[in-house]
Amino acid sequence: MQTHIKMHTKNLDFFYGDFQALDQVSIDFIENRVTALIGPSGCGKSTYLRCLNRMNDLIAGIRVKGLAMLDNDDIYDPSIDVVTLRRQVGMVFQKPNPFPKSVFENIAYGLKVNGMKDKAKITRIVEKSLKQAAIWDEVKDRLNESALGLSGGQQQRLCIARALAVAPEVLLMDEPASALDPIATQKIEELITELSSKLTIIIVTHNMQQAARISDRTAFFYMGKLIEVNDTDTLFTKPELKQTEDYITGRFG
Amino acid sequence: MKRQVIDKGVHSGFLLIALFSITALFLIVVFLFIEGIPILDHVSIKEFVFGKYWYPTDDPADFGILSLILGSICVTLLSGIMAIPLGVMTAVYLAEIASPKVAEIVKPIVELMASMPSVVIGFFGMVVVAPFIQQVFDIPVGLNMFNASLMLAFMAVPTICSISEDAIFSVPVALKEASFALGATHFETIVRVIIPASLSGICTAVILGLSRAIGETMVVLMAAGGAAMIPGSIFDPVRPLPASIAAEMAEAPFGGEHYHALFAIGIVLFVFTFMFNLLADYVSYKFRQVGEASL
Ligand SMILES: Nc1ncnc2c1ncn2[C@@H]1O[C@H](COP(=O)(O)OP(=O)(O)OP(=O)(O)O)[C@@H](O)[C@H]1O
Ligand SMILES: [Mg+2]
Repeated sequence: MQTHIKMHTKNLDFFYGDFQALDQVSIDFIENRVTALIGPSGCGKSTYLRCLNRMNDLIAGIRVKGLAMLDNDDIYDPSIDVVTLRRQVGMVFQKPNPFPKSVFENIAYGLKVNGMKDKAKITRIVEKSLKQAAIWDEVKDRLNESALGLSGGQQQRLCIARALAVAPEVLLMDEPASALDPIATQKIEELITELSSKLTIIIVTHNMQQAARISDRTAFFYMGKLIEVNDTDTLFTKPELKQTEDYITGRFG
Repeated sequence: MKRQVIDKGVHSGFLLIALFSITALFLIVVFLFIEGIPILDHVSIKEFVFGKYWYPTDDPADFGILSLILGSICVTLLSGIMAIPLGVMTAVYLAEIASPKVAEIVKPIVELMASMPSVVIGFFGMVVVAPFIQQVFDIPVGLNMFNASLMLAFMAVPTICSISEDAIFSVPVALKEASFALGATHFETIVRVIIPASLSGICTAVILGLSRAIGETMVVLMAAGGAAMIPGSIFDPVRPLPASIAAEMAEAPFGGEHYHALFAIGIVLFVFTFMFNLLADYVSYKFRQVGEASL
């Protein structure tokens, strides 16, 4: 079994101004595995996730210390091209955020901004991405209609397709199903499982069952610190720390 | 019981006041038409609107306002060409690029520009810009279409800028993040996501800015040169509709044909600004479909 480390952080600190949101977080993300990040609200899961594609750069007054690596590249090295990094490390947000454009244009956007001009190729990739995200059948007749006319669950799968279109190596997902009903959630979960054969996925979730169902590894955060990270089965059945056990069993105080 | 009576009273009070202002406006429009329409005894609508010669005091007089209409249209268009890119780009800069500190200083200055009295701008055009244009372009007169357009642009930029800025600023952060997360640069995000999503507001801003320019009297009276001829270049003097009314009203004998002709010009101007406002409504409605649904 190959266990190449696709991404990892070492002693990562993160500050919003004076407020330290992450404290010495070190995690290895194994290639083509799903890693779930869990923990109570406000513990820094989103902050951590957004460090991995430098999305936090958009916020004024932030500071990062420590190491974050994609393969052999330090992603906070000044010589790194953030645009390329974000193409390699895609992101799906908590709330579906399609552009107010057509379904087709939503998917084609990432290709076009990355310089693809070949129309036939774009069309092909759009179709492939929509199929990958299991939404092709639902939208194939309305590719030119506004993406805003889709249901919330369809919009979220569209956003996943949009992220997949630029062929990322890692996909970050921040509670991608939290705004969706159980059926749409199930579709997204199936999708994640399927995608994980070719993609390294890091997903934030509040739902323990979801983490247990879809992830290979789970990391538990508390107050900006990584408390425990392990294979999902082990973490949920034999957690090393009492704190983890309390959280996953819902006895959290 | 008593409370309901008071409530009713308040309702009717407001209704009365609303009716009063609407009636006043309506009466002005009626008056405009009553005083303007008699000119049709002397010329047909076609001769009036498309006639090339405006010699209202000659005998026999000529009442063709085509040159005035074209003067208005050209001045407004040219000021639009100058003001739209400037205003929109400043708005993009303020909302997207400038550091909060810079924006905090520049924004009030732009808003201050909006409160500049038009007579001051006209005066500035006359005594500062006119000689300057004369020298730089080596032309006989500095009071011309270019000068007036420049001054009108100066008046339109603050309106266009501050309304566009609001529209751009209110584009949801989630859309920007979506774009960045796909590997778009800041510039691509501005051009492909932020501006399209705020297009409704930007269009409204442009139309409001330009509708101020088309109705503006003082600036064109002072800086446009005042010649009632069809402009052949941007350095020809022109005489837009409002300038004609303002300049000639005092000397037109009450109730005479010149007097009626000036009111008829008023009607034409009214139709212009009215269409502009309809356009503004339509455009902001049409693009809103896109803009609003993105929220
Ligand atoms: N833009 C910001 N500026 C300042 N502080 C922030 C900012 N965003 C988040 N924080 C703070 O950082 C901490 C971690 O926030 P984060 O959003 O990462 O938590 P989370 O684990 O994702 O929570 P949730 O499960 O509710 O999404 C919180 O205390 C939060 O208040
Ligand atoms: Mg979060």
